[in-house]
Amino acid sequence: MTTVPLIETRQLTMNFGGVQAVQNVDFSVAEGELRCLIGPNGAGKSTFFKMLTGQLVPTAGEVRFRGRPISGRQPHEIARLGIGIKTQVPSVFDGLTAHENLWLAASRGKRGRAIDRAVDEAIERLMLRPIADRLVGQLAHGQRQWVELGLVLLTEPVVILLDEPAAGMTDDETTRTAELIHDINRTHALIVVEHDMAFIRKIARAITVFDRGKILVEGPAHRVLSDRRVRDVYLGKRAA
Amino acid sequence: MSVGRVVSYGVPAVIGLALLIGLPQLLDLFVLLQVTLYVVMAILALSLAFVWGYGGILCLGQSAFFGLGAYAYAITAFNIGESSLPVVIAILLPTLFAAALGYLMFYGRISEVYVGVITLTVTLILFNAVNSTASPEYRIGSALIGGYNGLPNVPSLNFPFDPDNTLQPDDVYMVAMATLLIVYFGIRWILRTRFGRVLVAIRENERRVEFIGFDARLHKLAAFALGAGIAGAAGCLFVNWGSYVSPTIFSMIQSAQIIIWVMVGGVGTLIGPILGAVALSWLTAEVGTQHVINADILFGGILIVFVLLVPRGLVPMLTEHVWSRVMQPRRKVAVAAKLAAPGGRA
Ligand SMILES: Nc1ncnc2c1ncn2[C@@H]1O[C@H](COP(=O)(O)OP(=O)(O)OP(=O)(O)O)[C@@H](O)[C@H]1O
Ligand SMILES: [Mg+2]
Repeated sequence: MTTVPLIETRQLTMNFGGVQAVQNVDFSVAEGELRCLIGPNGAGKSTFFKMLTGQLVPTAGEVRFRGRPISGRQPHEIARLGIGIKTQVPSVFDGLTAHENLWLAASRGKRGRAIDRAVDEAIERLMLRPIADRLVGQLAHGQRQWVELGLVLLTEPVVILLDEPAAGMTDDETTRTAELIHDINRTHALIVVEHDMAFIRKIARAITVFDRGKILVEGPAHRVLSDRRVRDVYLGKRAA
Repeated sequence: MSVGRVVSYGVPAVIGLALLIGLPQLLDLFVLLQVTLYVVMAILALSLAFVWGYGGILCLGQSAFFGLGAYAYAITAFNIGESSLPVVIAILLPTLFAAALGYLMFYGRISEVYVGVITLTVTLILFNAVNSTASPEYRIGSALIGGYNGLPNVPSLNFPFDPDNTLQPDDVYMVAMATLLIVYFGIRWILRTRFGRVLVAIRENERRVEFIGFDARLHKLAAFALGAGIAGAAGCLFVNWGSYVSPTIFSMIQSAQIIIWVMVGGVGTLIGPILGAVALSWLTAEVGTQHVINADILFGGILIVFVLLVPRGLVPMLTEHVWSRVMQPRRKVAVAAKLAAPGGRA
């Protein structure tokens, strides 16, 4: 008997007018897996994430979560099922403090003292203590990314989608984020979109490559990264 | 409780209770009647201060709920005679109406601009509909709707379940003032609950609220309906103040005034809109008696001045000013430290 994938898409397609952002994608991720998703600009990675999280309703095809079809459900319902996302443009509450941001996320599934305890833990883990009472809108880009990561973690998802988590980070922050991703992966499945190849090498096990809305290659990191077609699309050449 | 919180709840509570008990003793009846009107307008201002300032829903037609509350009270009071049920209906009808309207708007996920357009349109439709019911065939039970003539001699509030014992003007003042206090502290309490915090978060970033797993549509609908219920209560008090209601209650000018009160006082505060409503209502009354300048022109002027010079409203500006005064010494030290530090830039 085969096990049911955590997330599975079948013939998933998204058209924007004439633009075919995602075309007939069959994709699956297992429980606990860490998957990297790479591909050139405009390949359809963010659009793919938007369909997984209910921000976009697919033109065709379907998304399944642990075997249940979820496409067409409301974003908050999908979040409650256990799909968390850190978006490409940080999505936080700029007018609230870091602490207030985290409190909101923790308060969804918890009550009373448990909320405070979870928030405290997240502040430690993400090293946000010195900035906990500052407005998130006033924080540096890297710090806002971590606040957002905290928001995602505190909702206790089963799988976390990270859309370019290291974008705009300093080298130190990037290293720290890579460590964090491995740490998170001990308890959560992850799908990570990144352009930074050094970062991908640090974290990658299995990689899926998107190109022009389709899956170009998929497999273990070492094989995918040495694939000629992958180099070609990244260098702007098109595979024949 | 921290000292800060005791002060922030205690000061308005003491002032509010003093006004509630003291003003009927101090003021003559004519002035007290005027003050009652200002209090009613302050409640109306709070309804929008909550919906717009905290829920982030720009309702351009808050007067729709004000008017619905007023008419609901008037028509049911004529029919029933005893005022307890009419009061409940005056709050419930706008609440349910707003819930239905909110369902269409928020579950339909229409954009913010269209929420403004739709709420404005609804109040204009109500204005036209009620305005055109002058002929005597338009009646609900024993109440003529009256069209543009309005509904005069509306039965006033009585002590609960005691129809012969009607409220005197100073009683009406006390009911209005007590309602204002309940609404003010009620909203402050709501803003401390999870519901209130989620609401403010939706104003900040609706998408992230949904990623966290809260239903933003439901929260907005609830806030919108609650605001409508508060406006309905204000409408009910308004009819009792003048024992008269006419379709102008639904007019665009009425809606615009509420927005101006909130803007002038400060969007995102509660005290600001209360003060804005009282001050500008007083100004309207003054200008009205002096016939020197048209009140609408004056209001337009005030709006322009505030949009240009004090866009965030009076209360945020004042608190910020006081805050920076208090913080000034420390800030100077910080700047000095920065300058002294090696590599510090001027
Ligand atoms: N809302 C939209 N309307 C129209 N076209 C869109 C929309 N969103 C995305 N697209 C188009 O779909 C294609 C895929 O975009 P998407 O953002 O998914 O790419 P991506 O792989 O995330 O790129 P990047 O690496 O630059 O983030 C692009 O051609 C883009 O212009
Ligand atoms: Mg993208």
